[in-house]
Amino acid sequence: MKTLAALDVAKIRADFPILGREVHGRPLVYLDSAASSQKPRAVIDAMSDYLSLHHANVHRGAHELSVEATNAYEGARAKVAGFIGAASPDEVVFTRGTTESINLVAYAWGQSLEPGDEIVLTVMEHHSNLVPWQLLAERSGATIRYAELTPEGRLDLDHLASLIGRATKLVGVTHVSNTLGMMNPVREISALAHEAGALCLVDGAQAVPHGGVDVQAIGCDFYAFSAHKMCGPTGIGALWGRPELLAAMPPFQGGGEMISEVRLESSTWAPVPGKFEAGTPAIAEAVGFGAAVDYLESVGLEAIRAHEEEIARYALDRLGELEHLRIVGPTENRLGVISFLYGDIHAHDLATILDRRGVAIRAGHHCNQPLMDYLGVDATARASFYLYTTRAEIDTLVEALLAARDLFGGFA
Amino acid sequence: MNDSKPPHGSLDDASLSALYQEVILDHYRKPRNKGDVEEVTHTVTMNNPLCGDVIDLLIRVKGGRIADIGFKGKGCSISQASASMMTERLKGKTVDEALALSGTFTKMLHGDEDAAGDTELGDLRALQGVAKFPVRVKCALLAWNCLEELVGPDA
Repeated sequence: MKTLAALDVAKIRADFPILGREVHGRPLVYLDSAASSQKPRAVIDAMSDYLSLHHANVHRGAHELSVEATNAYEGARAKVAGFIGAASPDEVVFTRGTTESINLVAYAWGQSLEPGDEIVLTVMEHHSNLVPWQLLAERSGATIRYAELTPEGRLDLDHLASLIGRATKLVGVTHVSNTLGMMNPVREISALAHEAGALCLVDGAQAVPHGGVDVQAIGCDFYAFSAHKMCGPTGIGALWGRPELLAAMPPFQGGGEMISEVRLESSTWAPVPGKFEAGTPAIAEAVGFGAAVDYLESVGLEAIRAHEEEIARYALDRLGELEHLRIVGPTENRLGVISFLYGDIHAHDLATILDRRGVAIRAGHHCNQPLMDYLGVDATARASFYLYTTRAEIDTLVEALLAARDLFGGFA
Repeated sequence: MNDSKPPHGSLDDASLSALYQEVILDHYRKPRNKGDVEEVTHTVTMNNPLCGDVIDLLIRVKGGRIADIGFKGKGCSISQASASMMTERLKGKTVDEALALSGTFTKMLHGDEDAAGDTELGDLRALQGVAKFPVRVKCALLAWNCLEELVGPDA
């Protein structure tokens, strides 16, 4: 067995200024990284440095600053491409985030869909990998079919396979569930889609932050993710696509940046990825995205994953000690996310009470309403972990849960 | 468990204790007037898309008076207790009295001390503590928004 040097979590925490602050007079215990991760000084500084010293518009001017800005922007693209195993930076389109990446595919690729065509999704998809397809179905007359879960709360692969047929044009699936925390076999799912002549889009928002994603090994056709869940800024994300598909797709939005030649009668498009990046892009955010990749790589992704697994195991053990606490979804093979119910305390009440103790968790349907309906729960509390989460923070979570129980006078 | 840690200490935070008073938890766990209303004249369903709280309000108005009122729904303790307490308080009141109370209650949740002192509110004053938790105000107002929707000035 390969041994990994354990993460120096105290040192990592010192990289994140926000982790030093208090909330309601208590040290912040941030257990909501699946919603959005915190930012290390390296990312904040990279953006500040860019804005302070290098900013100009990209791909335009002949002047020095424009060259520096373009290099910073394209350099970030290369880093992001390398992080997910893309063959070339040109396969990576910068977007506003996972949601826009998926909307881009649903709009641009989706223009070829016709009535009778089918899109296969799963009931565990985030709204961002659901609603764009519903809009496309409405526009095109295509139909959506949903794969269900096994009784243990995993994706039912047999059911998924049974839905994929000659009419299937695309299979859309999340790499890691934002509510249940487990990883889906996206390699196998991509192969199933391809056997039927369909494409496969993977929502990687919850997977990329943990590293180790290789889009070529997965064999999918599109891969969507966001910077802000992986220590980067909000407002930027990426779409990876097979170059021949991206080249064949019509543009998403029109404007500057995305054109080759513009005449009053018609225009021609810039090559990919420019074709999909209309208007002045989020340059400082792209720089921050690249800095986040550098930061995670400098810490070491295998060590980060090992730490997250260790924290998730510890959290499952500690939460398992609490009577009347129910984990939602499978209890092993979790990637940094645990959804739970506690007695008859509604998730929103839990979140309010925990917040007063400085503990930030998510409460609600996690943009996962169909999954909640499927599981027969209205809302869950969700604690999520990242490279900076400590065992002591899990202990604080457990203490705060006990306080909530006491405040509610115990459970019947 | 580490003995050196302070006890769970539910009473170490006065605003939390004020939010989750016994009377509120009692209405949450044993909601009053939950269920159907016979010969219902007004009904509406409203939800809070961020939280998933849902309230169905059912009223029978007769001669300008709320002859019967009930609710159905699901959600957090604040939304459900507020609905339960509201139905208890409004049964038998005229529509005008109900709307006046709705105005007072809303003012109380927005921090108005005078409104909070109005004895007309009865048990509903227990919800005054919600005012200190701005993100939860919408939970407490959900049932009242239903009322306004059914018999309010714009209904």
